[in-house]
Amino acid sequence: MSKTIVELKNVYKKYDDGFTALKNISFKLQEGEFYTLLGPSGCGKTTILQSIAGFTEVTSGQVLFDGKKINDIPANKRQLNTVFQDYALFPNMNVFDNVAFGLVVHNAKKDEIQTRVHDALKMVQLEQYANREISELSGGQQQRIAIARAIVNRPKVLLLDEPLSALDAKLRKDMQYELRELQQNLGITFLFVTHDQEEALAMSDEIFVMNKGEILQKGSPVDIYDEPINHFVADFIGESNIVQGKMVADYQVAFLGHQFECSDAGMRPNEPVEVVIRPEDLVITTPEKGKLQVKVDTQLFRGDYYEILAYDKAGNEWLIHSTNASTDDAIVGLTFGPDDMHIMRYNETEAKFNHRLESYED
Amino acid sequence: MKKNFRGLFFTPYVLWLAMFVIAPVALIFYYSFFDIHHNFTLANYQEFFTSGTYLTMTANSVLYAFLITLFAILISYPMALVISKLKHRDLWILLVILPTWINLLLKAYAFIGLLSHDGLVNELFQFFGLPIQHMLFTDASFILVAAYIQIPFMILPIYNSLTDISNSYIRASRDLGATKWQTLTKVIIPMTLPGIKSGIQIVFIPSLSLFMLSRLIGGNKVITLGTAVEEHFLTTMNWGMGSTIGVVLIISMVIVMLLTNTKRKRRRA
Repeated sequence: MSKTIVELKNVYKKYDDGFTALKNISFKLQEGEFYTLLGPSGCGKTTILQSIAGFTEVTSGQVLFDGKKINDIPANKRQLNTVFQDYALFPNMNVFDNVAFGLVVHNAKKDEIQTRVHDALKMVQLEQYANREISELSGGQQQRIAIARAIVNRPKVLLLDEPLSALDAKLRKDMQYELRELQQNLGITFLFVTHDQEEALAMSDEIFVMNKGEILQKGSPVDIYDEPINHFVADFIGESNIVQGKMVADYQVAFLGHQFECSDAGMRPNEPVEVVIRPEDLVITTPEKGKLQVKVDTQLFRGDYYEILAYDKAGNEWLIHSTNASTDDAIVGLTFGPDDMHIMRYNETEAKFNHRLESYED
Repeated sequence: MKKNFRGLFFTPYVLWLAMFVIAPVALIFYYSFFDIHHNFTLANYQEFFTSGTYLTMTANSVLYAFLITLFAILISYPMALVISKLKHRDLWILLVILPTWINLLLKAYAFIGLLSHDGLVNELFQFFGLPIQHMLFTDASFILVAAYIQIPFMILPIYNSLTDISNSYIRASRDLGATKWQTLTKVIIPMTLPGIKSGIQIVFIPSLSLFMLSRLIGGNKVITLGTAVEEHFLTTMNWGMGSTIGVVLIISMVIVMLLTNTKRKRRRA
């Protein structure tokens, strides 16, 4: 089994002005996995990163590294490294000296520095750039040098603070592949912070969705996408149609005046719930065949699909992803299967949510 | 029409530069080629570079200016570093700059009062049972007071370059395992080098010709090029020789500028 490398136990962070940035954060990171802290700006994800890196002191709770408490250990003594959002490459040094910095401050031997800097640059495919000045590099190259500089000390954990946010869309997609590949080649733990759900879904083994200083849900990208715990998670991860409904009985949900078969259970009879249907799970058909009838309002061509915005009679908005265009103002039917619906209870905690899922899933 | 207007706006500055910068410098160059009887000659330069007096004076001036600049840096850098970390740092830096609003002569007299035989410092020494020191009219007191006068001009550019450093550079350095001292010597100081160089440019050249302080605090034992210029223009009336020393000062200023500017240009390229 893989081993826990970083652990947070009941961590709180309160500022002098009374603002609570972190509320009772607990989680474990295993060796060699890719984790993502995902949430909107100001949700505390960077504060978690900084408390692990040693740039901020937590108010209470424990930060453990390799089983030892590191709350009071200064940043330079912690065996993990950070890739900063603005890269923070030293402008007074060239590429080689930047990457070598972590070795130089540890008084490594000259020839060892040479080989390890070369290896690190090779990892990010920039070995021929050793003698360039930082100002001569493009944004994407600076990004890679920042990664090379952070991995030269061979940390067990690499912390990445929104490292892709300054890159353009194309480069960002390429870097997602490269980061994932790099993490697998190095075999070390990555803790990646982002507000971009697409990045999180594409790269992570496990995602922590955060809001207002709390972790709302942990899980694999597929779990979080398919089974969001609440309205916030469903809305934040991907696009979704959320309607209010009622759980009539196990595997029976009612909304918009109809009753549907679904695949969720374990709730009180007639409990009010929210129903999530992803836009790509809705299929457009004729009004007679549809389970719901909606009127098409606008359509946007997104290249690989059409994004169709429609309204039902009750005025609910429906977002549909379809490979074929529809007609504006046409009344169409929507169909979906029992598995396409996901039912969310109000105010359910993650522990209860997981327990309930386990109770009826195989 | 539009072009004329622009020319009109520009005129005051051109006139200003011509009258108060170019003309005086040109005049100094011009006068440096005349002897005391208004005959054209190169003898001033010949005398300057062959006589032992002028050369030792130059060496002395450079040495004193170097020491003044060095002490100013040694005091200013840690001070700027501490102030840049303080909560009300703008207020503190204002307090440091405050003495520059006081007249130089007043400050010099204040120091005479402090350092003299019956001054405050000696009274303190007596209070603690220490022997009375002759501090006034010594090289040490001259350098101390000169450094004190120059400190605000050294602190400001250093402070500005320190506050320009993004916190993430310091975090990156610590993150990579550097101690606080290593972060200071390998990251902070190299990154504030432009500020230190500006400070040197502002402090070193005026320090070459501090004639008033050398007289009042140094008691004329310290003869710098500045004192020599004053003597030639006001006492011996040898304007030619005074101008020659002026030219030497201007050229050394250009040299200092070139020496402290090289790196910044390279980085911009």
